[in-house]
Amino acid sequence: MSLADQARGDLKLTGLHKRYPNGFVAVESLDLVIPQGSFFALLGPSGCGKTTTLRMVAGLEEATKGTIHIGDQDITDAKPYKRPVNTVFQNYALFPHLTIAENVAFGPKRRGAKDPAQEVKEILALTELTEQANKKPTQLSGGQQQRVALARAIINRPDVLLLDEPLGALDLKLRRAMQIELKRIQEEVGLTFVHVTHDQEEAMTMADTVAVMNKGRIEQMGAPYDLYTNPQTTFVANFLGRSNLIKGTVVGREGSGADAVVKVDMHGTIATIKASKVHTDSDHGWVGIRPEKVLIQPEGQAIDAPGAALSGAVVVDASYIGVSTDYTLRMPWGQEITCFEQNTGRRGGLIPVGTKVDVSWRPEFAFLLDSAQDAEAGLEED
Amino acid sequence: MEALQRVFGKNAAYLLIGPAAIWLAVFFLFPMLSLLTTSLSDPATGSPINGYTLTWRVDNYVEALGEYWPYMMRSLLYAGIATLGCLVLGYVLAYAIAFKAGRWKTVMLVLVIAPFFTSFLVRTLSWKLILADNGFIVNTLQTLHILGEDGRLLATPFAVIMGLTYNFLPFMILPLYTSLEKIDPKLNEAAADLYASPWQRFTKVIWPLSLPGVVGGTLLTFIPATGDYINASLLGSPNTQMVGNKIQQLFTTAGDYPHASALSVILMVLIVAMVLFYVRRAGTEELL
Repeated sequence: MSLADQARGDLKLTGLHKRYPNGFVAVESLDLVIPQGSFFALLGPSGCGKTTTLRMVAGLEEATKGTIHIGDQDITDAKPYKRPVNTVFQNYALFPHLTIAENVAFGPKRRGAKDPAQEVKEILALTELTEQANKKPTQLSGGQQQRVALARAIINRPDVLLLDEPLGALDLKLRRAMQIELKRIQEEVGLTFVHVTHDQEEAMTMADTVAVMNKGRIEQMGAPYDLYTNPQTTFVANFLGRSNLIKGTVVGREGSGADAVVKVDMHGTIATIKASKVHTDSDHGWVGIRPEKVLIQPEGQAIDAPGAALSGAVVVDASYIGVSTDYTLRMPWGQEITCFEQNTGRRGGLIPVGTKVDVSWRPEFAFLLDSAQDAEAGLEED
Repeated sequence: MEALQRVFGKNAAYLLIGPAAIWLAVFFLFPMLSLLTTSLSDPATGSPINGYTLTWRVDNYVEALGEYWPYMMRSLLYAGIATLGCLVLGYVLAYAIAFKAGRWKTVMLVLVIAPFFTSFLVRTLSWKLILADNGFIVNTLQTLHILGEDGRLLATPFAVIMGLTYNFLPFMILPLYTSLEKIDPKLNEAAADLYASPWQRFTKVIWPLSLPGVVGGTLLTFIPATGDYINASLLGSPNTQMVGNKIQQLFTTAGDYPHASALSVILMVLIVAMVLFYVRRAGTEELL
């Protein structure tokens, strides 16, 4: 009986560690449980260890330390062709000498299926490739090749399907369409998907749970909404979307339970932050606020926010993007912060560059991060 | 192309293939016609010095085939075994260079073609010394009782086939390497991921994708090996003569050009027929 015939279960990585012979540690003592049937995304910049983690699960890379389990089964040392795991490779790695149908039948045939024609037909229908069945991979478009790579893997009904930047080679429009497609297929087949990507939007669109990886470790893990609204490190705050980080000093803690708040002095203005969004014990921290949560109004006009307003900011740049306008503001202490404003039409035009504005936000959207962390961490170098 | 048309007018394409056409006419078509006419001339009325006249004597072919067919068969057999030997040895080496050599790739490729830096003849003669009756190899094999007291290697079919294998090995390795080197190593990983054992990865992915190199390499080995006479004459005996030796003897010793030509044409037609059949079977027509 092959491994693949046995009961499924959660994918469990325990103390998984990868050190290359040249001394580079790609993955550092990773502990992770990915529940059966979930759509899980490993998100991080290139070189963060996400692909190495994936390759260790696939058996294409040997773990230096640690174990990999699916359910109760230890697959750490199993050969790649004996694991109930399949991979959708980054550049698809389709067999150029085989037709689409033969590519898809490759896995079932190796596992001894005499005539997988019926199964192949079903999978090709699911991935909308029926008409391409007898073509060769080079005759297909990028999006179609991507679906072949997916069909070739899911026909085996693996316990875990690994996707290594599967949409990386597609153009933006096709990528968005395939994201929805992938999500639909995952829901239809109900397999555990582990998706590796550096595209935060892709990870958030598709995954139930996103783990943000940096330098071989998981920085933070959770549902996309929680990660975005309550980042715990400057890396996550910057890598997942954008954040304004303003230096502040804790001046008091008030309330208890769900109402507990921390008062922070930012260059003379007191900001209130919910205790559940405070991720530092020290007295100094970064007050974080997402650009679309920043509200601005020309000096003297009322702002729709209950908290204190920072005055004396000047608009130094306004980029009109159609759906929104991207303002850069210089604060009185010299720092530049960003504000995205939806173009609802209420304002009746843009705020001209040079205008003095008041700045505020709703207190529940702010978060406080450790000041020892680099405020630039996770910013993509262009 | 437009610029060329402006200079040469409408017939630019014909002008461009001109040099190649002239080259083919002088170095291929003309000698070929000469060979064909000689093969159909009467050997009794002409001579190598006075030339031959075309008399459409088809009997040359009947006689050549009747007399020399065993040599033809021996040539095909020896060349076939040598080609197989080259394929096995060459595949292993080409695979290693393509996938395992790392930074030694270039060095290894240079080593493969290094033998061409010395003459084919000298290298074949040196095998004569290596395989000699009192040489190190024969002595060792005799000590180990693999060869009998008066057993020998030189002047045996083994020596001839070994010589052919040795001399044509680079012609097998280079096309194999070119084919193997083009295979994306990710395909091997994909096959492993899709439950293929190492052996299945070879038979289902690597081997089929290397077929153009296999066909190219076997043709480049088999064709010249079939017509070769140096190995048989230096390393063999009268009992291991190949068709090439007979053609050579007919031309130079016997001065019988018509029969020599007829035998050459038969060999050529036979090889072309076998190559066509082989390439069709392998499904690699695009090589032709």
